Amino acid sequence: MSDRVFVTGIGVISALGFDIDETASALQKSKSGIGRISLFDTVYKEEIPVAEVKASNIELAERAQVKQDGLFSRTSLLGLIAARQALSQAQVRDFAGTRTGLISATTTGGMDRSERFFKEYLKNNRRGRLRDIVTHDCGNSTEIIAKQTGIRDYVTTISTACSSSANAILLGARLVQNGMLDRVLAGGVDALTLFTLNGFNSLMILDRNGCKPFDEERNGLTLGEGAGFLMIESESLAKKQGKTILGEVKGYGNACDAHHQTASSPEGNGAYLSMEKALITAGLKPAMIDYINAHGTGTKNNDLSEGIAIKRLFQDSVPAFSSTKAYTGHTLGAAGAIEAVFCIMALQHQWLYPNLNFRQTMKELGFSPVASFQHHVPVRYIMSNSFGFGGNNTSIIFSGC
Amino acid sequence: MEAFIDGISAISPQKTLDGSVFLQELQEYKGVHALKCIEPPYSDFLDPMASRRMSRIVKMGACAAMKCLKEASLENPGAIITGTGLGCIEDTEKFLTSLYTNEEKLLNPTPFIQSTHNTVAAAIALMLKCNSYNNTYVHRGFSFESALLDGLMLLHEGTAERVLVGGLDELTNHSFAITNRLGFWKRQPIDSLRLLEYKSKGSLAGEGVAFFALNREKSEKTIAMIRSIDTIFNPGTPAETERRLSVFVEKAAGGMGKLDLIVLGMNGDPEMDEVYRHLVNTLFGLVPCAYFKHLCGEYDTASSFALYLAAAILKEQKVPEAIRLDKRSIGQIKNILVYNHVRNSNHSMFVVSAC
Repeated sequence: MSDRVFVTGIGVISALGFDIDETASALQKSKSGIGRISLFDTVYKEEIPVAEVKASNIELAERAQVKQDGLFSRTSLLGLIAARQALSQAQVRDFAGTRTGLISATTTGGMDRSERFFKEYLKNNRRGRLRDIVTHDCGNSTEIIAKQTGIRDYVTTISTACSSSANAILLGARLVQNGMLDRVLAGGVDALTLFTLNGFNSLMILDRNGCKPFDEERNGLTLGEGAGFLMIESESLAKKQGKTILGEVKGYGNACDAHHQTASSPEGNGAYLSMEKALITAGLKPAMIDYINAHGTGTKNNDLSEGIAIKRLFQDSVPAFSSTKAYTGHTLGAAGAIEAVFCIMALQHQWLYPNLNFRQTMKELGFSPVASFQHHVPVRYIMSNSFGFGGNNTSIIFSGC
Repeated sequence: MEAFIDGISAISPQKTLDGSVFLQELQEYKGVHALKCIEPPYSDFLDPMASRRMSRIVKMGACAAMKCLKEASLENPGAIITGTGLGCIEDTEKFLTSLYTNEEKLLNPTPFIQSTHNTVAAAIALMLKCNSYNNTYVHRGFSFESALLDGLMLLHEGTAERVLVGGLDELTNHSFAITNRLGFWKRQPIDSLRLLEYKSKGSLAGEGVAFFALNREKSEKTIAMIRSIDTIFNPGTPAETERRLSVFVEKAAGGMGKLDLIVLGMNGDPEMDEVYRHLVNTLFGLVPCAYFKHLCGEYDTASSFALYLAAAILKEQKVPEAIRLDKRSIGQIKNILVYNHVRNSNHSMFVVSAC
């Protein structure tokens, strides 16, 4: 557990844009990616807003530099685009002589195709195109990214609901620190699907007007899609190769709320523990955190539980915090990684992100998120929270260099 | 990286809820395409009120986990880590079916909630009120291996003293029908224990759940130890696998000569079994070999069944004739190599030793 873990490349695709530059521009302009559903047919087309990546699979395939021969899920294409950006920024061109791993994360894998298969299959079990089902499992998109990029020393996929890709970063950092790998491309991806739209709708937690995290009048989350990847490397490798260091994975914590399958505990136990563990591994005191990129989904339950956990841990020194989900929507398995990319960008440029759609302070909390985009703010340590169904809570601390 | 195994449990097509009975009375299934688990009376381990709402895979997973923890006298593990190739597919299918039949209206959220891949790990944490590290891996034939490596790392780091690691996959009518259309399984019904005698394409479908309580230190409960684990993603040729495996065995056990038994993942599909045959004829030399997929069928986390089998063999010092691939003499069993691959893409290996 000696080597430090540096971030040398980041990649992102979401409703905010196709790359880092477009994303940075939308973030600075406080421009949300939330809009109407166009990707698939649903009875909720007029009713439920979502944050789509504004491109068809054909366009995405072009950006991913693959032939769209109908063999890729949207999940794979989104993942590949973000993965290539991170590799390119980190100037990783070949893999000889270094042990490189790929850890991806997703909640529903290639469901965007398999749900179409299943519709036909249900009518007649001889029907449904088999090419639409072979991309179903969560490992499929990861293996496509591995094959396309050439990474093969270690390949795995994590699925812990909405904390999935935060756990991918956590595992990547540990594999490097334990000397198992020299560098890891870690992140996550999820595409919007009819399955998840209806799933969250059946739970009655989709805001009909776009999410308002940490607002007294918040009324649920808004689904999004996208991918984020970080190239993380051991200090020795990054220095030996003279890499530009974008940030450091300073600490991490994974804890289970163990309260309920979907609801968070009222006192935010799991969130408290994951944040506390992250501070301990980072060797930091709560007051040293400059900004929290909160999980902040916009559901009544999450924001209250997370807010209370923040209050309990940080007490009188609650740092600047916001949820960026009113920008990107909740990208589920990709959220932890996309938000990690945002954290690295904030450290690079000394930015603070606004919590869009926020109006009224939650009365149980008595403190409010960042209201507008801020430049030139001294930001050294950022905590990123990702919480999922099953009480799977993960917090990561990034620091600037 | 190594760890002591203090408890094992499995729910499988064999009588694995009791380890010693399992090795003495292997179950044979005649004229089948798939093997399904022998389910235990759940009320021995699960609160009937809670298990009433659980799907089959969640019940099997939670039950096996509870049994494993009991065996290891472990009340509050320092981590709960699962691996599953396809997760909770019964609930995924259920939710998709209702979504289409009800045209997206008035859907029951329960199957959606339980379709999440981490449902079993979360259910175990919930039952134990365990706030520790919790993670779930979902990568085909690396799912269980990734969970195991994570557990070993946590012990190595000192993050946890004792951890619970499991592999789980369920077979449903739909998942069988779909994978059958993909040509994964033999077309003709077979007798399970004769799996390797059929020369046709395809394998025997299976399912199962296996959990392990791992300890950083040796304890009075220790059954065996896991010495090391490694994976190979898409090896180019059997020769590459041979090279990697040879280096692994040298490091993990001190060379092929130290192995007393090798447990292989042969699944009856001649194409898939080619690499095992290559290794039996080259690297493995005179080490006695065995196989296991005629006992549990083929599934993404079948290697967790193999670890259960290896640990049970070390504990009982008994190798059933029906799993052997040769007639080489077997003395005291100290070191077992398990080598498995799933669809020739995800290869994994670990060494389990007596202690």
